[in-house]
Amino acid sequence: MVNVKNISKVFGGIQPIWLFVIAITVFFSFMSEYFLTTGNFMNILVQTSTIGLIALGMTYVMINGNIDLSVGAILALSAALAVDLQSYGLPVALFAAISAGILLGALNGLIVWKTGVNSFIVTLGAMIGIRGLVFIYTKEQSFYASDFAFSDFGISTIASIPTLGVIFLVCCLIMHLVLTKTGHGRNTFAVGGNREAAADAGIRVGRHMLINFMIVGFFAALAGITLATQMGAATPNLGRDYELWTITAVVLGGTKLAGGFGSITGTLGGVLAIGILRNGMNLMQVPAFYVLVILGAILIAVLIIDQKVNRKSGQEVNV
Amino acid sequence: MTPIEQAESISSKLKLNRVSLKNFLTTQGILIVFIICLAGFSMFSDRFLSEENIMTVIRQASMIGIIAIGVTVVIIGGNLDLSVGSMLSFATVLVVDLHDKIGPTNAIIVMFAMTLLIGAINGLLIGYMKLNSLIVTLAMLSAIQGITLIYTGGQNVDIANQDATWFAVFGRGFVGGIAVPILMFAVLALCVHFVMRYTSYGRRIFAIGGNPTAAVYSGIRKSRCVFTTYMISAFSVGCAALVLGSRVMGSQNNVGQGYELLVLAGIILGGTSLMGGAGSVWKTVIGVLILGFIQNGLLLLGYPYYTQWLVTWVIIIVAVWLDLANQRKRLFTSHS
Repeated sequence: MVNVKNISKVFGGIQPIWLFVIAITVFFSFMSEYFLTTGNFMNILVQTSTIGLIALGMTYVMINGNIDLSVGAILALSAALAVDLQSYGLPVALFAAISAGILLGALNGLIVWKTGVNSFIVTLGAMIGIRGLVFIYTKEQSFYASDFAFSDFGISTIASIPTLGVIFLVCCLIMHLVLTKTGHGRNTFAVGGNREAAADAGIRVGRHMLINFMIVGFFAALAGITLATQMGAATPNLGRDYELWTITAVVLGGTKLAGGFGSITGTLGGVLAIGILRNGMNLMQVPAFYVLVILGAILIAVLIIDQKVNRKSGQEVNV
Repeated sequence: MTPIEQAESISSKLKLNRVSLKNFLTTQGILIVFIICLAGFSMFSDRFLSEENIMTVIRQASMIGIIAIGVTVVIIGGNLDLSVGSMLSFATVLVVDLHDKIGPTNAIIVMFAMTLLIGAINGLLIGYMKLNSLIVTLAMLSAIQGITLIYTGGQNVDIANQDATWFAVFGRGFVGGIAVPILMFAVLALCVHFVMRYTSYGRRIFAIGGNPTAAVYSGIRKSRCVFTTYMISAFSVGCAALVLGSRVMGSQNNVGQGYELLVLAGIILGGTSLMGGAGSVWKTVIGVLILGFIQNGLLLLGYPYYTQWLVTWVIIIVAVWLDLANQRKRLFTSHS
């Protein structure tokens, strides 16, 4: 215990997850000669951008004291719309995909706000239902991109950095600024920290929750589009289990499930940690199966360390 | 007895009846939804209410039902278990794979031992180390899926000689005209219902879920109780794996993927609160059966299987919403 406390004192300002990111980066650099190259880091950036984009929105929702399990299904629906509607032109397809994400997020948010049903239940229902919508829309078929500009976009670069990576980093920056510098960001923390107190202080609790669900819907849709550009296709089963990966990344990044605490920088660290682990173990030719076990073990280890360093988290209420 | 006294006693009886009827309507709302569902589907399809069809539906629902019974106990105790889906994959793969190698009896013993071991790990981390159950079981979901894949090397497993083994009895057998999965479901439901309702152990679980601090101060060993809820959940997964493995006589290595959420859907539909301290096994049975009958009814009406997901979405939210609205006597929240 003492050791852990000392370590966190020495590195005062740095979030623990970034220490972990640095540690595994150093480890894999020694283990594989291919790891520490610019090209590989660009790969990691593109590979993590899908989960990363959703995780940005999820961070807001979780700081707000809610959770969204429907992101994987929204991602699949948006990807299907973005690919299938290309016959009406790319702008129409992209607009439809993004609007679908925002609308479904708004629907989740409205239900949570107006009915007071726990967001876990609302979005669990939505996750099953929206997956049903995807299957009804696609009739269990996969779609292939007809517009080559769409699939070329996925492999394009800006100043030798992959465009998808640039989009992710820019979104990180914007979301970080919104969370730390604007009234909405402040109120998001306040509502997550103590909903009753926030309401008593005159914060419009419901509206902030609604906006955050729309934000995560938007990012799920955006992630669906970027994933579809990488594959040049959309399948109805796209994005299964993404909600679990996203929550894992956000929790690794130090955001509290109970709400009121978290950061975009932490989430970025969590997303990168998962990406680097997967990539590094691939390069070491460890079968992909082991990554699942190691990630599970790390998640539990993070929980244990978190509890030892900061006793309060042990008293967190579930869900 | 004077006429006035008689009248008073009659009116008080009537009043009592009215109160208990209203009480019945509000507490057993889910049962009414269930009956409406059955009536609705039977109007549109003649086959729906045939004995054969009903038995088929219950048989199909019994596997999710068996797991849901165990998870209900965990949820009443105020925790969650998302690892049951992966655990089901693991247990099914294990029992099917070991069947040909060490014989059915040994395979079943090893399968239950390993499943209970996973349950014990969950219980240790959540009960004794007091970690958040959502994240721990999420991590276990990923880890157990990985272990299953490592064990099988990504291959599917099956039983070579399917006709020559008594192992088939769990998934395909009949006792007294009733399918064995239904019997297992019924026996497990009755046992756990009895334990939760009529024993001090059951009351302790309710107390912990309702108010953990008060439970600890009144001398309940919270850690130990939470630990046992995960053992019950793991045991129910083991039973489900028997049914699944024996029915298919083989197993994909991700066969249980997504089961954790279907199970939760059934439990929530039944009206067990995710906050803990409330709910019952009986309600979960009804919730799981409703999901089963909706699925079956929509299929009989000629809709593709995925339509049921959409209907499930609506029903879950409306059911939970009405439940909450009934508690606060208002349909909408006061949050601005």
